[in-house]
Amino acid sequence: MQKMPQWAEVVLVPLISLFLAAILSALVILGIGEDPIEAVNLMITGALGSTYGWGYTLYYATNFMFTGLAVAVAYHAGLFNIGGEGQATLGGLGVALVCLMLPWPHWSLALIAAILGSALFGAFWAMIPGYLQARRGSHIVITTIMFNFIAAALMNYVLVNMLRPAGSMDPATERFPEAVHLPSLHDVLAVFGINFSKAAPANVSLLIAMIACLLVWILIWRTRLGYEIRSFGKSESAARYAGIAPARITIITMLLSGALAGCMAINNVMGEAERLVLNAVEGAGFIGIAVALMGRSHPFGVFLAAILFGFLYQGGAELALWTSIPRELIVVIQALVILFTGALDNMVRAPLEKVFLAMRRAPKSERKTQAAE
Amino acid sequence: MTFKQKFLGSAAALALSAGAALAEPALIFDLGGKFDKSFNEAAFNGATRWAEETGNNFREIELQSEAQREQALRRFAEAGNNPIVMAGFAFADALGQVAADYPDTRFTIIDMVVDAPNVRSVVFNEHEGSYLVGMMAAKASESGTVGFIGGMDIPLIRKFACGYAQGVKAVNPDATVVANMTGTTPAAWNDPVKGSELTKAQISQGADVVYAAAGGTGVGVLQTAADENILSIGVDSNQNYLHPGKVLTSMMKRVDNAVHQAFTDGAEMETGFQVMGLANGGVGYAMDEHNEALVSEDMKSAVDDAASKISSGEITVHDYMSDDSCPVLSF
Repeated sequence: MQKMPQWAEVVLVPLISLFLAAILSALVILGIGEDPIEAVNLMITGALGSTYGWGYTLYYATNFMFTGLAVAVAYHAGLFNIGGEGQATLGGLGVALVCLMLPWPHWSLALIAAILGSALFGAFWAMIPGYLQARRGSHIVITTIMFNFIAAALMNYVLVNMLRPAGSMDPATERFPEAVHLPSLHDVLAVFGINFSKAAPANVSLLIAMIACLLVWILIWRTRLGYEIRSFGKSESAARYAGIAPARITIITMLLSGALAGCMAINNVMGEAERLVLNAVEGAGFIGIAVALMGRSHPFGVFLAAILFGFLYQGGAELALWTSIPRELIVVIQALVILFTGALDNMVRAPLEKVFLAMRRAPKSERKTQAAE
Repeated sequence: MTFKQKFLGSAAALALSAGAALAEPALIFDLGGKFDKSFNEAAFNGATRWAEETGNNFREIELQSEAQREQALRRFAEAGNNPIVMAGFAFADALGQVAADYPDTRFTIIDMVVDAPNVRSVVFNEHEGSYLVGMMAAKASESGTVGFIGGMDIPLIRKFACGYAQGVKAVNPDATVVANMTGTTPAAWNDPVKGSELTKAQISQGADVVYAAAGGTGVGVLQTAADENILSIGVDSNQNYLHPGKVLTSMMKRVDNAVHQAFTDGAEMETGFQVMGLANGGVGYAMDEHNEALVSEDMKSAVDDAASKISSGEITVHDYMSDDSCPVLSF
């Protein structure tokens, strides 16, 4: 039995969590002697008040959609993939190799190849923990987080010793050729006569991310594989009884999850930086966990949560630019939102469920007394 | 003071600063953060000195992520901040992209050269300053072995090491220079624990003076050197005060002067290539009450003599970055 209606589950719980986080953040801002209302204003106008702000918000949101979907897909199979960071790092390597090694005539061809490259590298990085979980029983949480460190070390080696152009001090690849430059939202929307900021990094990857949301929805709820993944996630023994091979589902799910995380690289590496730098992922892999939790592992929820976190990131950057709120405090504010929407979810959910149950019981008992009469 | 008073005060301050935002200069710190006691802090000090002298304000931001480099540059440029100064070679790529879009804004980049008509590139002759502190290290050393601990292994830091080694050898041709780098990534700028480990390793190899050119990592080097009762040499800012009587001197890289100069020149600054060396006070060694007992008259006169010879061109210190090699030190 559902304890509360769907709309409360999807809308009310996250909104109340968000509200609580906002109140605590306001207190923290007050505590250091800044004006919280001014800060909120700055965040909203900075992130949503101009096409420039939207451009950055959507750019960050694109990253979070990919990593959020990666966590969500694995979650449906009962696997907690916290290696999105490492998988996206490897995805970046895939994109860089595709863009640098071959002379591409047009960006669209390069984009298709880059999606394949990044997905392949990301999937590979998730496959090893997936295999270890399926065949050796090594817990996926432990292995995926360890693979984040291995990915960082590997990237360090590759960039410093192999891909760094001669004479450069920065551990980064050379710039990708002009031909693989992805059209920004400015270029895309100009076709429809909409004037979008030219400076913002949001690009066609946003559309790819939205298509990915749709594909994940189809996969999970409209295909046989998705059904197998969900039944495996709900109960492994029941799935086994129904003839679903646990090892196969574990590995396939991790491949899909890693591929989605890896695809993030088409946005940050190919779309924004146009070269591969160290630590290009910048924590988006971990934000993906919060995004998936907040979106209740539903692709549309992930889409909305990703935009919320994009707003927090861009709004936070604006705060750092125009106030004297130190950058550490901006991380605190972001962390409070993650804490309330992700970790402390039950704190809001449990009382809310009680309220709804109480509301439901009341009319029922009335009906009973009516029937008795 | 109550919360409410604080709240009103800051709101008023915000309103005031918002009105005066036009044409304020701006300073962008690198990922190390502005209170690294070294490079970024030197930049911050220069800007603060300018603000105190003129009574004007400046904008500043500590970056959180790589994507913000370009974002911060564009935001400041679009808001009319002029000039915009950035501390660190890692800005070169972003500035190369941005500079042409804002032809009326003047940019200053420190430690790197960006070739654009509205950019001033400030580079320092770190090898000259390092040469001087190398001489002092060799004179202060009793074991004949001195150490060098670099941050990230990049040509710029090798330039420090090479100048230092040349100074050491100029005083004592038989001296041994032990050189280590903390890492190969930007994380090496802020790893005091590893700096401490490297210092211990160098002490076990006989080093009794260590020179840290490692940003925030140097804090660990200086701490361990003081704990183990050997001498250390600070870098960028004057770090003598961190452990009075234990820090022989600091190789001053006057990033503060470069920032101060850029802010003073303002929106009309001359752009182009600017070298800050011994001759124009861009580099030097620090003397104050914390290290005067450590520096003998003989040491001081020898170093000052070398300094004037380098300024006049009588001594040339080899610059590692000119040919990616060092005659007296191998990496």
